[in-house]
Amino acid sequence: MQVNNQDNSNSKNSSIKVESVMSPDSDKLKSIIDAGDLEQAAQVIRELQISRDQTIFQEVGRLTRALHNAIRNFHIDLDSDGKEKDKNDLSSMVDASDRLGYVVDLTEKAANKTMDLVDECIPMTDQAREELSILQSDWSRLGDRDMSADEFRGLYKRVDQFFKSQDLNYSALQSNLTNILLAQDYQDLTGQVIQGVTSLVRDVENSLIDLVKMASHVDSITGYQVDIETDVEVIDEDAHLRGHGPQIKKDESVVASQDDVDDLLSSLGF
Amino acid sequence: MKILVVDDFSTMRRIVKNLLRDLGFTNTQEADDGSTAWPMLESGNFDFVVTDWNMPNMTGIELLQKIRSSDRLKDTPVLMVTAEAKRDQIVAAAQAGVNGYVVKPFTAAALKEKIEKIFERVDASK
Repeated sequence: MQVNNQDNSNSKNSSIKVESVMSPDSDKLKSIIDAGDLEQAAQVIRELQISRDQTIFQEVGRLTRALHNAIRNFHIDLDSDGKEKDKNDLSSMVDASDRLGYVVDLTEKAANKTMDLVDECIPMTDQAREELSILQSDWSRLGDRDMSADEFRGLYKRVDQFFKSQDLNYSALQSNLTNILLAQDYQDLTGQVIQGVTSLVRDVENSLIDLVKMASHVDSITGYQVDIETDVEVIDEDAHLRGHGPQIKKDESVVASQDDVDDLLSSLGF
Repeated sequence: MKILVVDDFSTMRRIVKNLLRDLGFTNTQEADDGSTAWPMLESGNFDFVVTDWNMPNMTGIELLQKIRSSDRLKDTPVLMVTAEAKRDQIVAAAQAGVNGYVVKPFTAAALKEKIEKIFERVDASK
């Protein structure tokens, strides 16, 4: 996915070539001017101009090809008239955003499925706990011999029913727990998709670096100087008001835990 | 107690709502960002706002600033529940008048503690 090395070595060759053509010419020009032959000097200048122009044309041609390769490496296929091809032949970029959309869908579904199952479990455990506490208090009354024979028969029946209902309850809970476990399979699927998109982003970055290198080469042969490194960093005063999403890299500008947040807020008088 | 839960992710709204329900707060409504939340706050009488920070259209901090600059709503307690964990941001939220700040991922206990603390203060100031 890189602009091939042959192109890069060609570009070096062409700049060497232009220098090798120009430097003897300029020596020649100097001696002609020293000799006072202005007509001849003008002729040499014209030749120099032509060889410079030719080098630029060749270079532009080479860069156009390299640019085309770089664009193709983005997987954005262009027809000869420059329009994007039809939707059946979508670029990797479109595909990547579709795939990330799929990750969002899948994680949302898994989260909702898990929460649905938990929502089902909570009333089951609530109900079991309620029944259990009633039975427990009756059971201790039985222990204290504070119960009539009729009441005891009733308790016996209720305990029997409780055992039966709990048997069903536990199988339902178990099946929900298994389904919660299974709902976590999204991690595998989304992980693979994200890895694919990450490698695409890396490839695009490499292609962009190649484009920047090419652009600086154009600048150097046309004599137009731009120092890429001196790009002024824009100071964004509202940066702290915008959302950044989760902090992946933790440094001292980022709090490590809720305790840190609490400490910071209490230092501010909260 | 009527609570508005503002988050652009429906699953997070659901988690917060469930936790609030466990804490005994059943009257909750949802908004998916600040710009949806604002008209709801203006027309409904909410007692408490739980909001995320990073949302499309209007962020949580903008919503907080808007609430604090409104005569009618300025005293509504606002709890920020967010993945934003930069010190600058927490300071900015404090300056904007947030009542509590919980970083995601959070525990049910942390949310409970902050909410209880907020209501203690609100009751004390009454």
